[in-house]
Amino acid sequence: MPLRTLRLGVTLLAVVVALALPFTLSNFRLFQFTQVFIYAISLLGLNILTGYNGQISLGHGAFYAVGAYTTAIMLDKWNVPYGWTIPVAGLLCLVAGFLFGIPALRLEGLYLALATFALALAVPQILKYFENWTGGSQGIVLSKPTAPWGLRVNPDQWLYFLTLAVLLLLFVLATNLLAGRTGRAIVAIRDNPIAAQAMGVNTALYKSLTFGVSAGYVGVAGALSALAVAYVAPDAFNVFLSITFLTGIVIGGLASIWGAIFGALFIQFIPNWAQDIAKAAPWAIYGIFLIGFMYAMPRGIAGAIRLLTARAWRPRAEPSGAAPGSPR
Amino acid sequence: MDILLQQIVSGLATGGIYGSVALALVMIYQATDVVNYAQGEMAMFSTYLAWTLLNAGLPYWVAFGATLVISFVGGLLIERIVIRPVEGAPVLTIVIVCIGLLVILNSIAGWIYSYIQKPFPSPFPSRPIQIGNIYFGAHDLGALGVTLVVLAGLYVFFRFTTLGLAMRAAAQNPVSSRLCGIRVGWMLAIGWGLAALVGAVAGMMVAPVVFLDPNMMAGILIYAFASATLGGFTSPGGAVLGGLIVGVIENLAGTYVHFIGTELKLTVALALILVVLLVRPSGLFGRAAIHRV
Repeated sequence: MPLRTLRLGVTLLAVVVALALPFTLSNFRLFQFTQVFIYAISLLGLNILTGYNGQISLGHGAFYAVGAYTTAIMLDKWNVPYGWTIPVAGLLCLVAGFLFGIPALRLEGLYLALATFALALAVPQILKYFENWTGGSQGIVLSKPTAPWGLRVNPDQWLYFLTLAVLLLLFVLATNLLAGRTGRAIVAIRDNPIAAQAMGVNTALYKSLTFGVSAGYVGVAGALSALAVAYVAPDAFNVFLSITFLTGIVIGGLASIWGAIFGALFIQFIPNWAQDIAKAAPWAIYGIFLIGFMYAMPRGIAGAIRLLTARAWRPRAEPSGAAPGSPR
Repeated sequence: MDILLQQIVSGLATGGIYGSVALALVMIYQATDVVNYAQGEMAMFSTYLAWTLLNAGLPYWVAFGATLVISFVGGLLIERIVIRPVEGAPVLTIVIVCIGLLVILNSIAGWIYSYIQKPFPSPFPSRPIQIGNIYFGAHDLGALGVTLVVLAGLYVFFRFTTLGLAMRAAAQNPVSSRLCGIRVGWMLAIGWGLAALVGAVAGMMVAPVVFLDPNMMAGILIYAFASATLGGFTSPGGAVLGGLIVGVIENLAGTYVHFIGTELKLTVALALILVVLLVRPSGLFGRAAIHRV
């Protein structure tokens, strides 16, 4: 099937380009791409919840904060090797997300959005309150990890490779999770919860589990961001971080795995570019894109690409009807 | 005892402001099934307009009235231009559009007026008012008074005018209302306009206390959410009462519960929202939503 070959080819090409980047870019540019991968992990996590499962979260910045602070505190207070802090941060967020998901079960659509929005607004205050652990408004300063095993790469390059590896691992996991029986159950709950229940899907369990997995992804991303930025402070985790994630999945494409990459590229590079116009411009652009995409391209960049390739590859002889590979 | 009474009165004053924003939320929710996340930013923007008018040298109450008119028209236009295309769309779409609106208003205000805090005048004397041996802030009492006047005005409008009746009908049963010749689309737009107006009053009353800056309404919005949730998203009167209760609880908790103080105020609102949603999702006075499947 040519379409499948094309998809595989593009994926391989993307991985090759990603592997070559560290040896061609300046350290600052490289850091930006590390950020892109970190965002991509969180967007994937949020998309599993919002895009695939239909639960709206406006508060995933909170789990990002938990992940980042888990790593920072473990490094700063207990001198744990940084490699261990990443899975711990992920697991902690998974549990936290699962627990938050249980009350969320009773909240539909708007109310869940509301509760998570309140969570997002409250996060910086909570972080500042536990000053002994979090260093209050000052935050915690970390040092960048150096490459192990005597590898001859600088810290920025090492972080880049580490993040890329985690990203690929989590992408493969998400693809497998969503392709199978579990994925069908998750999507069925979004499309028609009652029918899903009638088909024997344990709606409550799946919904809280999805919440947990989603929070776990975002927690891993937060942990990586603490390592990459080498600094955590409460005001970095305000409500606008959560809105940034939402913007990312809307622009990349709801219910699309590769959409996370496009969304991450957007939220990393467009604001930088818009910052040159005015300090407030990035947010205005976010807002305009949010509303504009909802009107014109509700399935985001990934959806548009899928539509275009499906159209280009459609066999001419077949009667026009359902386009192959169209979503849902 | 005196401190307690003072705290209750100032709690009622802030509660009135939460109540008005909550009322604006409920009005829009009832008419269009949208929780307007941009309500706070709309109020903030109106307050900046008032600030501009005041700086141009208009007397306070003239600027106040002009701001209300501009806000009403602004709210009307927002519904017509931004919300109308997504009417009837899935919840996720509507939430995203409202968040987009929030972000745009916030950044435009920052762009025009900068993020530096500005003082905003109060129309009331700064000298406290003494009743018995208790002192009440004049602004607190004044803000409470203005809020109550606005609420009474809304009540009269919805209860005793033809337009108010038409609006209630349009919210309750759009199809039958349209058959009766009510222009449902415009009723919804007027609802948004009125919500913007109520928000503008709340913004102008709260700005002297919290100072004017583009993020000033974030905390108030979350308290308004808490109020609307407590009172019930389907009950306008409940939202106002919820606001007053939340305002008093917030003030008393801040004064008497030491580990809360002023640092965990938003967390209190979060906890309140979660508890209400878990224990009684329809709120104190709301009707439980019933879906036909």
